[in-house]
Amino acid sequence: MAAVIETRGLGKRYGSRWALADCTLSIPSGQVVGLVGPNGAGKTTLLHLATGLLAPTTGTIEVAGGQPAISAAQLARVGFVAQDTPAYAGLSIADHLRLGAHLNPGWDARLARDRIRKLGLDRGQKAGKLSGGQRAQLALTLAVAKRPELLILDEPIASLDPLARREFLQSLADFIAEHQVSVVMSSHLVSDLERVCDYVIVLVASRVQVAGQVGDLLAAHHKLTGRPVSLEDLVLAYMSRAAAPGGETELEVPR
Amino acid sequence: MTWLTWRQSRAQTIAAGAALAVLAIVLAVTGPNLAHLYDSSGIATCHPFATCHTLADTFGNKLSKLDIVLYCIGLGVLLLAPGLIGVFWGAPLVTREIEARTFPLAWNQGVTRTRWMAVKVGLVGLLAMATAGLLSLMVTWWSSPIDTSLSLGTTSGINLTRLGPTLFDSRDITPIGYAAVAFAAGVTAGVLIRRTVPAMAATLAAFAAVQVAWPIWIRQHLIAPVHTVVALNPANVYQVKGVNNSLIISAVPDFTQPGAWVLSSQIVDQSGHAAHVAAPQVCFGSNFQACHAYIGRLHLRQVVAYEPASRFWDFQWSETAIFLALALALGGFCTWWIRRHIT
Repeated sequence: MAAVIETRGLGKRYGSRWALADCTLSIPSGQVVGLVGPNGAGKTTLLHLATGLLAPTTGTIEVAGGQPAISAAQLARVGFVAQDTPAYAGLSIADHLRLGAHLNPGWDARLARDRIRKLGLDRGQKAGKLSGGQRAQLALTLAVAKRPELLILDEPIASLDPLARREFLQSLADFIAEHQVSVVMSSHLVSDLERVCDYVIVLVASRVQVAGQVGDLLAAHHKLTGRPVSLEDLVLAYMSRAAAPGGETELEVPR
Repeated sequence: MTWLTWRQSRAQTIAAGAALAVLAIVLAVTGPNLAHLYDSSGIATCHPFATCHTLADTFGNKLSKLDIVLYCIGLGVLLLAPGLIGVFWGAPLVTREIEARTFPLAWNQGVTRTRWMAVKVGLVGLLAMATAGLLSLMVTWWSSPIDTSLSLGTTSGINLTRLGPTLFDSRDITPIGYAAVAFAAGVTAGVLIRRTVPAMAATLAAFAAVQVAWPIWIRQHLIAPVHTVVALNPANVYQVKGVNNSLIISAVPDFTQPGAWVLSSQIVDQSGHAAHVAAPQVCFGSNFQACHAYIGRLHLRQVVAYEPASRFWDFQWSETAIFLALALALGGFCTWWIRRHIT
């Protein structure tokens, strides 16, 4: 399976602090990938490197076969919903759709229109007046209507209430089901990702702790410990192992 | 990208357009009267120069209060407009995307960051130049009768020439260059500082420094001044000082070239060297006439350095070209900088 994101020794340093260090990953395409880790682990840094918002300090990264943000064609391959799902407060929903249509050669106007209609949003409404959930939906609409090969979402639902969260994940799942697209979504809550993800990356303290198919990881641990574990327990085990003093210790999955 | 740039700058464009329209109406209503007053003053065809002086004085006295107020407003608006454009259009251009955290949205559309920046800087920069250009066109047209009469000099001692520091950068095409460079400076401050208010302050400080320093120290070097020697007229001496037994004389040069920008004058003796005059007792009493007579007997001269009025357009073009080149360089720098340094 071709890799949608391929990194080698990728690192990003701010001053003397490494926000991401020695990251070597090969994320297969066609997957819904959950990027999990505590706050400040380097999730946003990794995603910004993948979108080309940041340039790496060390190592290389290839996304959908190209260097991130190197050209308009490369930008067209990647859709991005940034943290806090930004939108232009002074522009209406219709303006945002027009923006998308003007700036993206592969813009799917019908998809965008249908999504906004299905959400029941008023096209004349200014984005600054939308609720958090509605703004997140608008940001997702912009990202999917450019019809990317890879959709990257940086904690898109972190600040949403439970209902808006569920609606967002549902509309994301609908889009994934209908279109051929790879997805990388970050969160510090495993429960957000459990339902939609089939691949998981655990990032703690600037380093990748584990990366793999959810099914494989769970099966391996089932075999090892002789009892079934949940994804949440497994991820938490990796997180606490990374946070433990003394570094590498045995993985302890709670009962 | 053009559409987004237009959409994001629509409000400011409309505001600028409205302000220009209001000014245009006021100037169009009052301008013809002023032009008529000037035409009937005879200044346009006066000869010799001495009679122009008187005609200009008469014209000046006939001006209404409103004319004078409008003249000063026009001058002020043109001196302030480039700075304001830099502060309110230039500085926030990028910082507002950073502060509202909309840059990840903007920079992940199918347009490279370089193009995004180049289009924004280019179009809003052109808008800034057009605004300053129209403003200058209107004010230059309206003010030209008063500018001409002031350049002839009045008995009240006011002598503003179009080439002089006050009027030059608020007339004809130089405001376009100033607006371009102020805008580009604002954008540069924005991409370097990344926060709107500090970037605005830095823009204002930097541009004000250029606006003050340029006419005082730099403009005169664009084209080498002409030097001429005139006889010192004792009647023009306005101050004498004795320092270490020698006399320091200050005098207005007897130099009548309408519209010339006089840069400096130096008092020299008959052989052309800087004058060293022994200080006589007569110059430290109350008898100024005796002192003037003493100075007159020395047959001193003054070397005057000046830029003739005929160079007005040479200066306009070269200064505008320099500022446009500077603005272009700053714009290019911002486009390059934003590609690698801003996230």
